[in-house]
Amino acid sequence: MARIDLEHIRHAYGAKPKSENDYALKEVHHEWNDGGAYALLGPSGCGKTTLLNIISGLINPSEGRILFDGKDVTHLSTQDRNIAQVFQFPVIYDTMTVYDNLAFPLRNRRVPETEVDRRVKEIIEMIGLGGWAGKKAQGLTADQKQKISLGRGLVRSDVSAILFDEPLTVIDPEMKWVLRSQIKRLHKQFGFTMVYVTHDQTEALTFADKVVVMYDGQIVQIGTPAELFERPRHTFVGYFIGSPGMNVLPARIDGSTATIGGETIALNFRPEFKSGAKTELGIRPEFVSIGREGMPVAITKIEDIGRHKIVRARFADQPISIILDEDGDIPADPRIAFDQKAINIYADSWRVGGEA
Amino acid sequence: MEKTWNNKAWFMVLPVLVLVAFSAVIPLMTVVNYSVQDTFGNNEFFWAGTDWYVEVLTSDRFWDALTRNLIFSAIILAIEIPLGIIIALNMPKKGLGVPVCLVLMALPLLIPWNVVGTIWQVFGRVDIGLLGHTLEALGINYNYVQNPMDAWVTLIVMDVWHWTSLVVLLCYAGLVSIPDAYYQAAKIDGASRWSVFRYIQLPKMKRVLLIAFLLRFMDSFMIYTEPFVVTGGGPGNSTTFLSIDLVKMAIGQFDLGPAAALSIIYFLIVLLLSWIFYTVMTTSDAQS
Repeated sequence: MARIDLEHIRHAYGAKPKSENDYALKEVHHEWNDGGAYALLGPSGCGKTTLLNIISGLINPSEGRILFDGKDVTHLSTQDRNIAQVFQFPVIYDTMTVYDNLAFPLRNRRVPETEVDRRVKEIIEMIGLGGWAGKKAQGLTADQKQKISLGRGLVRSDVSAILFDEPLTVIDPEMKWVLRSQIKRLHKQFGFTMVYVTHDQTEALTFADKVVVMYDGQIVQIGTPAELFERPRHTFVGYFIGSPGMNVLPARIDGSTATIGGETIALNFRPEFKSGAKTELGIRPEFVSIGREGMPVAITKIEDIGRHKIVRARFADQPISIILDEDGDIPADPRIAFDQKAINIYADSWRVGGEA
Repeated sequence: MEKTWNNKAWFMVLPVLVLVAFSAVIPLMTVVNYSVQDTFGNNEFFWAGTDWYVEVLTSDRFWDALTRNLIFSAIILAIEIPLGIIIALNMPKKGLGVPVCLVLMALPLLIPWNVVGTIWQVFGRVDIGLLGHTLEALGINYNYVQNPMDAWVTLIVMDVWHWTSLVVLLCYAGLVSIPDAYYQAAKIDGASRWSVFRYIQLPKMKRVLLIAFLLRFMDSFMIYTEPFVVTGGGPGNSTTFLSIDLVKMAIGQFDLGPAAALSIIYFLIVLLLSWIFYTVMTTSDAQS
């Protein structure tokens, strides 16, 4: 296991990047603690897989350095980095048995056969494929195959980190939970450094201690699930996390008040930002309450999703979502109020002012 | 779901049945008809039973030609399959090189067979052919018209030139269908170049290789046009394959009975061998 430092990493797929936009990965400067469980979350094409492949050495970054435990590995090949990676689609060696699949990375490294046997037997129990050792890998189900991919990483006792590239994409929904909790348990038990790439917020939030949200080739926020929920640093994080995402409304900010349309909302802090910036107010649907007091709103649609209702409405000519309890009532002349503590202010899409 | 039974549906398959009947079944039955009868022309036929079959199967001529066929096919397969795999492995996977390589590879396949024969026939001539003349200038004694060994080498090189592309294209199709993740995983697992081939590429190419193997076997076993054009079966009988012998017998000597019997035997051999190869290769696939 190792601590991983990324120092000013940038990457462009083209040979001669001219502008900032040619970079698939804009500057990333970050460290991954030894034994941490991280999730890289972002939409397709945001550069998360690029970042993962840079860590594993499948891609050489255009700029910057990577350190494992302080040792520069930027130019080391994948083999020499001792990385395990689990891919989106299960990669197994069809013609081999489950046992041979797991033994493969060790045999390639000329580990003595007695040691191979000991490790493989241990791992096969660990991933819960005890009775399958002698079976051909070809006939297994997708989740069993994915366990083998994982096992091939775990079998090497010296792996620096285990990287997951959307590993549950092809797994049936009910098996996703099982497999994810198994990965989580392995992490708790053995303390591997794990980096988990996904575009599924539930997966990221349940798996990781720290979630790294990426957008357009850069890291926009690193935080615990609670931080991402309550204090999104960027409006993208607000949209992307939560269901439905955060309401972001254009607002004029004057000192510690915000004005949306004709409505004035008092803030409990004074945001500071460059004058002329585009300012917005962000509030999660969970923190908007509906009742007889407050600001007028026109309801357009109510979606009942079982646990609660999602109310779609127009407020000051902007669409807004409100989450309402399952048994919550909507009065004839509905009005809304914002929970002051949950208001975030954004200038040019980045969060400003207030306590962290 | 309830299936509706409608006898009109038979009319839908009728065109195909008619086509197959006229293109395959009826000609084949005509050949069977000839093979059990004797004729001296005038549309008069006499029952001959299995006489022609006995005659063919007991003649040295048949067994010699069959042996030549088997040796030829074995050599062709032993060269073209590995060579095709090697070329496919080394072809570019992306970029401008891909269409260039594919077109180059497809070119020999687009040339009519008798033209291929003519090309090599001229190419190998000692007096005017580039190959034959060059070899002679280098002091190598090469003459496919007189030396059986040279005739064989010419035919084999010609077939390799003509048909290896087919194996290459099939293998290449198999190779490009392998997702990148497999190669990446192999890198991470520390697999050698050989292991990548043995455990990733070869298993993925297995199915297309089976097709390539069968096609190349059947085609090389039934080879006619090219040796007919290049050597005409000579020198002596050294390149007289079953197909050439068959034509000689049927059209040259007008021995319709024995020729028909030989056709049937030839057909059954190709069928049998193809079936054996197919069964052996698919069951080994099922076991793994």
